Amino acid sequence: MKAYFTFFKIRFINGLQYRAAAYAGVATQFAWGFMTILMFSAFYKSNPENFPMTFENLTTYIWLQQSFLALFMAWFFDNEIFDSISSGNVAYELCRPTGLYEMWFVRSLSSRIYRVVLRCSPILIVAAFLPAPYGISLPVDIMAFFLFILSLALGSFLMVSINMLIYASTFYTISPMGIRILSVSIFELFSGAIIPLPFLPDNVHRIFNLLPFASTQNTPFLIYNGYLSGKSVFHALLLQIAWLFTFVLFGKLLFRDALKKVVVQGG
Amino acid sequence: MIELKNISKTFKIARRNAGFGEAAKAFFHKEYEYVKALDNITFTIPEGEMVGYIGPNGAGKSCTIKIMSGILNPDGGTCVINGRTPWKDRINHAKEIGVVFGQRSQLWWDVPVVDSFELLKDIYKIDEKQYKQSFDELVSLLNLESIIKTPTRQLSLGQRMRCEIAASLLHNPKILFLDEPTIGLDAVSKIAVREFIKSINKNRKTTVILTTHDMQDIEALTKRIILIGKGKILLDSDLSTLKKQYTKHKIITVEYISGQPNLIDGLSVAENNKNRLVIAIDTSKISVSNAIAKLSESLDITDITVSSASAEEMVVSMYKELNI
Amino acid sequence: MKLWLKYADIMLRSQMQYKTSFILTAIGQFLVSFSVFIGIYFMFARFNNVEGFKFSEVLICFSVLLTSFSIAECFFRGFDTFGGIISNGEFDRIMVRPRNEVLQVLGSRIEFTRIGRFLQAIIVLAYAIPNSGIVWTADKIVTLCLMIIGGTFLFAGLFIIYAGICFFTIEGLEFMNIFTDGGKEFGKYPLSIYGEGILKFFTFIIPLALIQYYPLLYLLGRTDNPLYMILPVFGILFILPSYIFWRFGVKHYKSTGS
Repeated sequence: MKAYFTFFKIRFINGLQYRAAAYAGVATQFAWGFMTILMFSAFYKSNPENFPMTFENLTTYIWLQQSFLALFMAWFFDNEIFDSISSGNVAYELCRPTGLYEMWFVRSLSSRIYRVVLRCSPILIVAAFLPAPYGISLPVDIMAFFLFILSLALGSFLMVSINMLIYASTFYTISPMGIRILSVSIFELFSGAIIPLPFLPDNVHRIFNLLPFASTQNTPFLIYNGYLSGKSVFHALLLQIAWLFTFVLFGKLLFRDALKKVVVQGG
Repeated sequence: MIELKNISKTFKIARRNAGFGEAAKAFFHKEYEYVKALDNITFTIPEGEMVGYIGPNGAGKSCTIKIMSGILNPDGGTCVINGRTPWKDRINHAKEIGVVFGQRSQLWWDVPVVDSFELLKDIYKIDEKQYKQSFDELVSLLNLESIIKTPTRQLSLGQRMRCEIAASLLHNPKILFLDEPTIGLDAVSKIAVREFIKSINKNRKTTVILTTHDMQDIEALTKRIILIGKGKILLDSDLSTLKKQYTKHKIITVEYISGQPNLIDGLSVAENNKNRLVIAIDTSKISVSNAIAKLSESLDITDITVSSASAEEMVVSMYKELNI
Repeated sequence: MKLWLKYADIMLRSQMQYKTSFILTAIGQFLVSFSVFIGIYFMFARFNNVEGFKFSEVLICFSVLLTSFSIAECFFRGFDTFGGIISNGEFDRIMVRPRNEVLQVLGSRIEFTRIGRFLQAIIVLAYAIPNSGIVWTADKIVTLCLMIIGGTFLFAGLFIIYAGICFFTIEGLEFMNIFTDGGKEFGKYPLSIYGEGILKFFTFIIPLALIQYYPLLYLLGRTDNPLYMILPVFGILFILPSYIFWRFGVKHYKSTGS
């Protein structure tokens, strides 16, 4: 575990070196968030009653989305892992004493966390100072904040476990690129990345909520801004845990099966 | 003909610092330093000559090559190649040069080699007749018949290298820049490539500039060596003169039954296996015959071999002496 | 130019080598744009209109933009991925060949899988055209074509600017995405909904509104001013300053190396 902290530290220092990239990244995300909010505000003006949450809720959601983008980006994959599978180098990684699933899981997770840490504070700080209602608001109450953190963690783990399934699937097919793009396209809509799920028509919303994708970023952000409250929060958290459990289990099984193949074929 | 006079080039490089504190500081205020990559480079290479352009990493070799290819413009000095200034007349100059970058391929990866060649024919506007002639000659000399229809990605490194070299010569350039052409190749391929380059130079009178760390390439192909270090030309002479000047030792390999070597001043042991010694003789301190005499006093010798230092060792001692 | 066709031929053959990958990627592209379309659909299902624009009208805007973007992305991909071309030394190789650099960069990457996005755009356009309530007289058709052509050149110009910036730094490039991907993303709605400031920016600095908003007003009959019809031409002209910037970048590259 210490190794990962060092790995993280080195990456972080490295990230600081590329300051232009950091500035540019923050600026880009900021512009993105800003434009999205403008878009929603145009829709709000046309029909405020149909807005499923308060406008402040929405802006908070958008800023949270931008800050924590790296945690939930569907198109973010570790190319090294793909290369290692397609080239057969994965055989070397199997020689290590840690489980392959666990190793890649922690690696993917730390890559995402490192990116988030680099980006999220500037965005959150700027968003906090924006004039209401365009800025980010504080969480509804302290309890909501803690539950948000918990849900954020669960959502990130779930995200990575879905990633792991995608990695596992490449053991079986030849085209990682195709799988990647397909998964990204499905993901974006269902997870609330394109528009927050509450904006969808009610029946569609209900269905999407049950799918695993909603349990990644949609849930934690809605807990924070108070859209979900009371019992529904606990339901949502339970759902996250359930999906996480399912995907991790499925992922590990798939890995075990795929690796058996690798060993039999000799890499 | 290649003529460089007083070429200089300076670069501005951002300083990267280690450690967390330094990195955070650098985040807000970047520091730069000026590096003189080339300092008054002057040399002339007549048509048809093969030159080895050597030097330690970072000495300025690739910088010079880039200037000669027309990719980079120098800060000062003149460079005239076949009557043109490379960076001023890029397109016309490019028609007459061929470049092989050892580690980067110029062939299209997923299509058969012959398709890449066809596209190069169009890029270089080679006319049909000349193309066919070039093509046939290169394919036969480099033994490409069996691999010419294979996609580049399926070739082994040796096969790919041969195709690369053929590709760079399709348009019959007058000057060929070779950057590490034999890197990673097995012994057989290396020899094939060297033989080929020699024959091209002989038959087509192609001027060849070879940058490499492989001294065997240098020994096999070139007579003249230009050594660059820290941006300056340090040596420009032929290989044999340099060898005489810089290798002051010979190697004796001795096989013996019993005894202990008596190591007087000027003799040092390079290797000591069970009954086999490799000794370096500093010929400025002791002659070869005296050394043998001394050794046979204390060892019961069964076999003895005397060899000169290799070009590798010559280069090492050159670098040491010239402080680069 | 004939040489470009030869490049296109070799690119096509290269990509067809990986048939499964090609098809899956194209489908994926289609689905990604489809998700965006669904997003718009859902928004309009909930809110009837936005700033006075109906669903079918917004669809015209969206599909025109996506069509131009996918064409530009397919053929100008070399500029879009120029960072890689510089960092792996491919540009040096280009400089050592006796042909125009722009032609070579264009020929270095032509991504036919973008046809997935293109198809999605065309399908939506095909739906939107009859359903928008626009009377398609000759001038309207010309406007529509100009919008698409202008948009293609605009995005191509943005890619070229991006590539030009690569000559100076590989680091701060992400912000260009605001204009390329951002343009595609936020341009799906008529630019007026974002407010005065944004509209002005995209009129005078990066003429996205000139190929999207103003001609759209003409199409929808909200203005009779024929001037609005030819505004997309400025989108086409945008490629000139982009090219000049690019050449400036090449000069810089030649004096500082990589």
